[in-house]
Amino acid sequence: MLNMLSAMLGRTTIVKEARRGNVGDIIYRVLAYAFGLSFLFLTLWIIFELAYQAIPAFQEFGFEFFWSTTWDPVAGQFGALPAIQGTLVTAFIAMALAGPIGIGIAAFLVEIAPRRVDRVVGFLVEMLAAIPSVVYGLWGIFVLAPFLRTYVEPWLIPAVGWLPFFSGPFRGYSVFTASLVLTIMILPTVAAISRNVLRAVPMEQREAMLALGSTRWEMFSQAVLPYAKGGIIGALALALGRAAGETMAVTIIIGNARRIFESVFEQGVTMASIIAANFTDASGALYRPSLFLVGFTLFLITFTINVIARLLIKATSSGPEGGV
Amino acid sequence: MASGSLNSNLSGNYRRRKTVDKVMTVIAYLCAAIAIVALTLVIIYVVARGINVWRPAFFTENTALFGDGGGIYNAMYGTAMLVLLSMAIGVPVGIMAGIYLAEFGDNRLGDFIRFVADTMAGIPSIVVGLFVYGALVLIMGWNAFAGACALAILMLPVISRTTEGIVRMVPGELREASLALGLPQWKTMLRIVLPTAAAGIITGVFLSVARAAGETAPLIFTILGSNFFNTNPFEGAMAAVSLYVYQASSSPYEAVQEAAWGAALVLMLFVLVLNFIARAIALRQKV
Repeated sequence: MLNMLSAMLGRTTIVKEARRGNVGDIIYRVLAYAFGLSFLFLTLWIIFELAYQAIPAFQEFGFEFFWSTTWDPVAGQFGALPAIQGTLVTAFIAMALAGPIGIGIAAFLVEIAPRRVDRVVGFLVEMLAAIPSVVYGLWGIFVLAPFLRTYVEPWLIPAVGWLPFFSGPFRGYSVFTASLVLTIMILPTVAAISRNVLRAVPMEQREAMLALGSTRWEMFSQAVLPYAKGGIIGALALALGRAAGETMAVTIIIGNARRIFESVFEQGVTMASIIAANFTDASGALYRPSLFLVGFTLFLITFTINVIARLLIKATSSGPEGGV
Repeated sequence: MASGSLNSNLSGNYRRRKTVDKVMTVIAYLCAAIAIVALTLVIIYVVARGINVWRPAFFTENTALFGDGGGIYNAMYGTAMLVLLSMAIGVPVGIMAGIYLAEFGDNRLGDFIRFVADTMAGIPSIVVGLFVYGALVLIMGWNAFAGACALAILMLPVISRTTEGIVRMVPGELREASLALGLPQWKTMLRIVLPTAAAGIITGVFLSVARAAGETAPLIFTILGSNFFNTNPFEGAMAAVSLYVYQASSSPYEAVQEAAWGAALVLMLFVLVLNFIARAIALRQKV
């Protein structure tokens, strides 16, 4: 044990240092290592706690839990498929919309905007990320939803109503509205990380292309984007993870309807929102364990997405940018 | 003749390329405009609808989820309590972990912990709430301390990664001079490196506090929310501004919905001001 500890503390052994009289340094190192390792410990504890609390539900339903569509607290039957569907659909719609716009913003900031504009617009985009989720929820339900009903529905329904996922009556509280608000919320993630990735593309790359007589767009699309591809896909993945885990705005807007939806204009539920909306009132032996199982699954999904995203971003833009 | 057609072909081609370039430039401008318009719309609506609710009584009465709405006095106390407690837990741990990463983290273990910290930043806040419910609330009952722990977990990765970045940026000469004068490592860190890096670390702390103050999901089943004034953070349900916005938004009473806008304005201003301060500090340090 002592051997391991001293090995961990670096080349100089504790005994040597103690002889030199730097007891303070030993304490300092031990503390620093302890706090560093606390991250590891905390993450493991989170995984363990979620899994442990979810055991009763998993014992009862097994893997059936993940493709059962029944969520009936009264009968004690729980299946997560509606929530999984909601999370996947809202997150992918949000990413499909926020992805191109976010990359566009990043391209504007890096390639077009002068330094001062870049600063101001960059700051505004970051403010978009700073506004609390619950405020977006309030705005979505009382401002965006009525707006969509009054101004967008009349022409949107005739245009796309014949498509399979856009059929049926339009509701304000719906998967569609929730996806739009999610789009706004993950926009800063895509934009900020893509901006860092695009900045990391070497100037020579651009100069060479311009020297060949290309326009700015040709330079961007043929010399910059291919170079930054991995990082931008990483940014999109990170945004997808954020959208999947986003809770409050979606909970307020999506309507907590715990069944499979056939149209995005219906109400639905996501993995995060089903926990937020039902946990405190949950009663019965299996209700809370089932919500824990949903939470554990959500954790695994976002964790996987994040790991992939980090690896992609790391491969493209090196250097710690800190807390993105 | 041949050269003439080639010429016109070239210029036609060039014109097409130029047009595509212009269209794409306009699209990039539009993308930036979308973000700015969205931000403006959110801010304008929250301010316009929130300011109506602001009257002296709004800040001195307790919350109510029925009737004419009430105020947010107890919720503001709760948020202040949560922010202070989560700072007390999260800031020291985050800074120490950041120091570890900067000073002792240039090896495989350090890389791994850095990776864990980054992925921790991506854990959904609702999942952290579930964890704290299982780890603390089941034993202690609803209480503000558990909520603060959840917020602290969310703050940790931001604080540690900013601290790491800033501590790494402190010039090596400063360290060397201090060590050469015979100061031990820990004193060098405490007296020389940390004061030099203070502005940057404070920026990180402000940003993470701003995020924590707006968080709602991990509070739902840790502090639960309350319409009464509870001063004890270790026992009993407590209110928070963000949580009140959520609970009031689903109220059927129109006056309560209005109160939600008032509370949302308080929350938004608080978060934006913290962000401004953080950036001001960061800017001043750079110059």
